[in-house]
Amino acid sequence: MYDFAYHKPASVADAVKILAADPDARPISGGMTLLPALKLRLNKPTSVVDLSGIAELHGVKREGDKLVIGALTRHGDVASSAEVKAAIPTLAAMAGTIGDTQVRNRGTMGGSVANNDPSADYPAALLALGATIQTDKRKLAAEDFFTGMFTTALEVGELVTAIHIPIPTKAGYAKMRNPASRYSMAGVFVAQTASGVRVAVNGAGANGVFREKAMEAALSANWSPDAVAGVKVDPGLLNGDIHGSAEYRAHLVTVMAKRAVIDAG
Amino acid sequence: MPQVTLTVNGTKHTVEVEARTLLVETLREQLRLTGTHVGCDTSQCGACVVHMGGDSVKSCTILSVQCDGSEITTIEGLAAADGTLHPMQEAFREYHALQCGFCTPGMVMSAIDLVNKHPDGMSEKEIREGLEGNLCRCTGYHNIVKAIAAAQDVMHGRVPELVRAAAE
Repeated sequence: MYDFAYHKPASVADAVKILAADPDARPISGGMTLLPALKLRLNKPTSVVDLSGIAELHGVKREGDKLVIGALTRHGDVASSAEVKAAIPTLAAMAGTIGDTQVRNRGTMGGSVANNDPSADYPAALLALGATIQTDKRKLAAEDFFTGMFTTALEVGELVTAIHIPIPTKAGYAKMRNPASRYSMAGVFVAQTASGVRVAVNGAGANGVFREKAMEAALSANWSPDAVAGVKVDPGLLNGDIHGSAEYRAHLVTVMAKRAVIDAG
Repeated sequence: MPQVTLTVNGTKHTVEVEARTLLVETLREQLRLTGTHVGCDTSQCGACVVHMGGDSVKSCTILSVQCDGSEITTIEGLAAADGTLHPMQEAFREYHALQCGFCTPGMVMSAIDLVNKHPDGMSEKEIREGLEGNLCRCTGYHNIVKAIAAAQDVMHGRVPELVRAAAE
């Protein structure tokens, strides 16, 4: 790892100031993605800005009909949060399947969201639940935020500060993990929300997380596993690699969608 | 160079580190606590697991500067001053839960966190799932799981002392 300067600001304003002054500075929260990248010298920041000292970015709150989750809330804290378990149990269960115990003790929701790994769990949840991502300067709907594989609408130096998640009537999630890496090869999150049925797919899309509109229409007409069983995703939109062809992933998406509806109940 | 203060196994240390220094490097090379191992160095194998503020973490994927002010417990901090082993260490010995021993410090540290976070006890399946972040290249999982199952009963006070391994 190349060396860098280290800063630990106590407020979002101070963090943003450091990041604005230096476009080659990188924010770090849990570091579960950034540190492995730095070790591989894939990234050479001049300075690393540790957000963990910013108290306002931690924790889960229920505000009326939504959950507000601070960007620095760790996966393990989402998984064990009484508020999350009561409001969106499948989100808590999902958080409990990210990485392993030690990763969940460090990795944060804001970090995962800002990284937008195509196999990450949270982006599918936030897209399906119609969440809003709050940054230090604006609010973005999940579909405007997640713009492609490892790509978001975040500008250089802009920080995710919180995630606002409307509480759905029902929600469910299922993923097929790669047996070795345990990353999602195809995961489907289904939700009945105030703005209708929404379905989001991770792990499979050639351009990262995406909404599956044909499944949304099928589930709007008939909320049952059978309704999605006949909906096939176009393999041309999916990713193929040594772990599975696009056709195999297309098949998995349908199977995971059925399981997600069963999970939602 | 940045200065960090860590309380490791109850003793406060102030050390100078580079910003890029990993916690495991500080533990092994500066504090000479070499019980914490580096296996894969890519946060997969869990040989480097220590406790930070009571949570198990992979010390190969944390900067020492991120740990400033933290309480760290390593494998060296488990046994009592008179050498009495922690119940988890005792169970690993009793159940022969190691072959080459390289993964053992991380396994023990992860296992203790796992037991602490499951006060109602864990099934064999839950123990196996809970060890997802620790790899044993000797594939000695069977006895590791048996040891953790036995140790949890001692740690939660359900039995007065470790149930001995049956002669097999």
